[in-house]
Amino acid sequence: MDLLKEILEHLQHGDDEKVTALTKKALEEKIQPKDILDKGLIAGMNIIGEKYKAHEIFLPDVLLAAKAMYAGMDLLKPLFIQEGIPTIGKVIIGSVHGDLHDIGKNLVGIMLKGAGFEVINLGNNVTPEKFIETAQQENAAVIGMSALLTTTMPVMKRVVDLLKEKGLSGRIKIIIGGAPVSEEFAQEIGADAYGYDSVNAVETVTRLMSKSR
Amino acid sequence: MKDLLKRLKNGEIFIADGAMGTMLMACGLKPGDVPESFNLTQPEILEKIASLYLDAGAEIIQTNTFGASPLKLSFYSLDGKTEEINRNAVLAVRKVVGERAYISASCGPSGRLLKPYGDTEPEDVYSSFERQLKTLIHSGVDIICIETMTDLTEATLAIKAAKTVSPPTPVMATMTFDPTPRGFYTVMGINIEQAAKGLETAGADIIGSNCGNGIENMIKIAIEFRQKSRLPLIIQSNAGLPVIKRNTTVYPETPEFMAEKAKELVSIGVSIIGGCCGTTPEHIRALCEMVDRRIGKNR
Repeated sequence: MDLLKEILEHLQHGDDEKVTALTKKALEEKIQPKDILDKGLIAGMNIIGEKYKAHEIFLPDVLLAAKAMYAGMDLLKPLFIQEGIPTIGKVIIGSVHGDLHDIGKNLVGIMLKGAGFEVINLGNNVTPEKFIETAQQENAAVIGMSALLTTTMPVMKRVVDLLKEKGLSGRIKIIIGGAPVSEEFAQEIGADAYGYDSVNAVETVTRLMSKSR
Repeated sequence: MKDLLKRLKNGEIFIADGAMGTMLMACGLKPGDVPESFNLTQPEILEKIASLYLDAGAEIIQTNTFGASPLKLSFYSLDGKTEEINRNAVLAVRKVVGERAYISASCGPSGRLLKPYGDTEPEDVYSSFERQLKTLIHSGVDIICIETMTDLTEATLAIKAAKTVSPPTPVMATMTFDPTPRGFYTVMGINIEQAAKGLETAGADIIGSNCGNGIENMIKIAIEFRQKSRLPLIIQSNAGLPVIKRNTTVYPETPEFMAEKAKELVSIGVSIIGGCCGTTPEHIRALCEMVDRRIGKNR
C-alpha cells in the first residue's frame, strides 16, 4: 500500500522516472495492476485535477503529472491485454473542423484518462463526419468537441445536426467546450452538455454516462 | 519618427489600434483560414484595416504577423514563406501610415509547449522568433510587440531575440491573465509580479497585458503592474468575452463603455492604450476622444 502512495505522490510532482521505477517495483511485489492504476495513477491524477480546479497548480504541473501517469500506464498496458485497460467508458474528443488549437482539448483528454475513461483523441481540424463515424465504430457513449475560435463554433452545431439526422441523438451524447463556448451556446445548438474547464468536463461526462445507462 | 521611449518618458499617452483577427473576419477571412495568408494573397485588406485605425486616431499600428513565426506557420506548412509573410505585412502598413504612426510588429506565441512539460527545445523557439524578427526589423518596423504570452520562458526568449537582432528597437511585451480566486494568473501559472519582473529582466522597454476578460479586469491588472514596475505600461483589452447571438459572435463592450472605463487606465498611468479581440475602429476613436479631452491633446 505504501508503494501505491509513493506512486501517487511522485505522480503529483511530475516525476515520470520515479513513477516508472515504482510501478515496476509494485508489479514485482505482485500488487494487482488494477490497484496500481486505481490507487496510484488515477488517484494521483484526481488530486492533480482538484488542485488545478482550485488554481493551486497550473497547466505545466498538469502536463508533467500526465507524463508521469502515461509512463506508469505504459507499463501496465501489456498486462491488461485480454480485457484492455479497465475503463469506465469511452469518449471521442477532438477540436472541430478548422480549429487548430489543441492544448485545452488535450487537457480534457488527460483529465478523462486520469479519471479512468478510455479516450480516443482525434486531434484538431476534425470533420463532423469523422466524429460520428469514429464514435459509431468505437461504440463510444460520448463525443467531446472543442473550439477556440468563434469562427469554428458553428461546426459544433453541424455535428449535433448530423447526429440527429442519423438517428443517434441520445445514444451518443455531445459535450462541448472551449474559450468562446458557453452553456447558452450548448443549449442553443442542442448539445447535451457544456464543460467550462477540464475538471468540469470530467464531472459532466460522468453525469452523461450515468444518465445513458 | 521621434523616439517613442523618450516621448513616453515625457508622459505622453498613445492610443494603439484595435483587433486584427475580428477585422480580418469581417473582411472575409473564413473559419480555418490562416490569418497571415492574407499577407500573401490580399495585402490590400491589410492596408484597408491599417487606414481605418489610422483614421480613427491610432498612433501605433500593428502588423498582421501575430502567428507569423516559422514554428507557428509550420502548423499550416507555411514556414517556408516566413520572410514573405512578415515583409508584406510591414510594407502594407507602411504604405498607408507613412510616418504618421509607429508600426508595431506583432509577435505572438509559437503555439508549442517548451520542455520539460512540452516537447519543444527552447533553442528552437528562440531561433523561430529570431527568424521572424529579423525580417520584421529589416522591413522597417518601429516597435516590436511580443504579445498574448502565457509562458514567461517563451516571452523571455522572444524579448531576447528582439534585443539581439536590434538592440535599439523598443520592445513591448504583454501577457494574458485570467482572474482566479487567488488573483490574476496566466494559464501557465505566472502572476503579475512574476510577469513584471521577468519581462523587465529579459529586456522589455514597455510591459503590460492584452486580450483577457474585458476592460474592468484590465484596470485591476494595470494597477498591479503599476505597483510592481516603473516601466511604461501598455494595456490592450478585448471588448469582453464574446457571446453568441443567432449564430454570430458579439463582443459585449461598446466603444463608449470601454472609453469611459479607460479613463481609469489614464489615471493609473498607463502609457499606451489599445484594443484586442472584438475592438473596432470605433472603439479606438472613442479612446482617442477620451484621452484628448482628458489631457487636452490636439491631433
